[in-house]
Amino acid sequence: MKHLISIEDLSRDDAIKILDTAERLDALTEQGAKKLPTLRGRTVVNLFYEDSTRTRLSFELAAKRLSADVITFSAKGSSVSKGESLKDTALTLQSMGADAVVVRHHASGAAHQLAHTGWIDAGIINAGDGTHEHPTQALLDSYTLRGALTKDRGEALGAGLDGINVGIVGDVLHSRVARSNIRLLHKLGAHVVVIGPPTLMPVGIDKWPCEVRYDIDGALPSLDAIMMLRVQQERMNGSFFPSPEEYSRMFGLNRSRASRLPHHAIVLHPGPMNRGMEITAEVADSHRSVITQQVANGVTVRMAVLYLLVGGDSID
Amino acid sequence: MKESYKDPRIVADSDDISRAIRRLSHQILENLKGAENLVLLGIPSRGVPLAHRISQNIADIEGTAIPVGSLDVTLFRDDLKLRPAKTLERTELPPEGIDGKVVVLVDDVLYSGRTIRAALDALNEFGRPTIVQLAVLVDRGHRELPIRADYVGKNLPTSQAEKVFVEISELDGQDQIVISHNELKNP
Repeated sequence: MKHLISIEDLSRDDAIKILDTAERLDALTEQGAKKLPTLRGRTVVNLFYEDSTRTRLSFELAAKRLSADVITFSAKGSSVSKGESLKDTALTLQSMGADAVVVRHHASGAAHQLAHTGWIDAGIINAGDGTHEHPTQALLDSYTLRGALTKDRGEALGAGLDGINVGIVGDVLHSRVARSNIRLLHKLGAHVVVIGPPTLMPVGIDKWPCEVRYDIDGALPSLDAIMMLRVQQERMNGSFFPSPEEYSRMFGLNRSRASRLPHHAIVLHPGPMNRGMEITAEVADSHRSVITQQVANGVTVRMAVLYLLVGGDSID
Repeated sequence: MKESYKDPRIVADSDDISRAIRRLSHQILENLKGAENLVLLGIPSRGVPLAHRISQNIADIEGTAIPVGSLDVTLFRDDLKLRPAKTLERTELPPEGIDGKVVVLVDDVLYSGRTIRAALDALNEFGRPTIVQLAVLVDRGHRELPIRADYVGKNLPTSQAEKVFVEISELDGQDQIVISHNELKNP
């Protein structure tokens, strides 16, 4: 494995190997090894063409915990705002000797292009490309699910998510998080139900490996986990639902809906949240919510990905 | 026996291994004048069952249980760039930690010494033992670093063209030490 562009590139075993590596890294951190020398002398570049707080910070921290040198390149205030192309930026990073490039781009396929055009030798990690994929988010979500739904680390190691029911609610159309999650959850053996208004479902979703519903209430009692997607107002240049209030009333996760979930069910949200829109503050801060755990797990899972991609000899 | 062995030669059987482990256990106790503050840390994969066996032997002699842990050194190795990223093994220190303890690292084969160097770096992250020592079942020579074992089960003079395989029943179904030939990359 040299790049991580799409969940499609991973086999079930590859995915479990990443989760297991994260499990080992978590154990090391818990026991006091906060800084590991593994990537000393390697350079990881965060190449962000799109705004991001948690993904960028998470990758930065993950790389630093593995002792890599980290450079963050934001499109704003850089040569990109002077019109530099992706190709020229890639050639620049190649000359600087980058070993891994974490890229977020508003165009779907940008990470794929970097990985397969020969502009740069570095391992490419997709940190979100347009409405296509965000594989590390899906991996950290599956890692969080596996951790929350198994008894202990011993039971989690080597396991998939077989037989688990996961609901993904909201703006599936614009969500790369949903796309990556549906693929990964399916690969790991979970049953996925996507829920949202028909206007926010992509064309052809009937061919995806998931069940589609247009109401949330009927699905609640059978879910082991529910993932609330952010309503992406910045991507909504058309009219997808009548009003935020109506969306919230039809699909928002509030206390009454949360109380109809099974006792053990957990609530996930990839962040950043619109409190009061897709999820109420009360549910987001409740005991069911694993949202802050997702953030912590994000660092660990990204460490696992960095280690597996650039920690060894990449000629595999 | 594994089919991948080339011209295998069994140099120790299960009785030999049991006797060597018993002797190692006695030597540790004699040298440290008892088992006080002793912690055994096995290096995965085969160092871990060996550490458990030494602990069992010491318990039989002294009547006290010795804490055993597992220390994976993969992320601390200096030769990571030479091979594809390895799957990580378990790291689990005894709950009482290693601060102020006498840590004896346990591994199956001592060869270049690089694993032990990595283990010493790893220990640094977890605490500060008062003493760190090394027990190995086999010392096959060819050190690349100034590292030596405090307790050696069996000295095996080998050539670098040979490979030493320690099989431990907990992982391999039987106990034995095998030397087999390895084709040299650049003869």
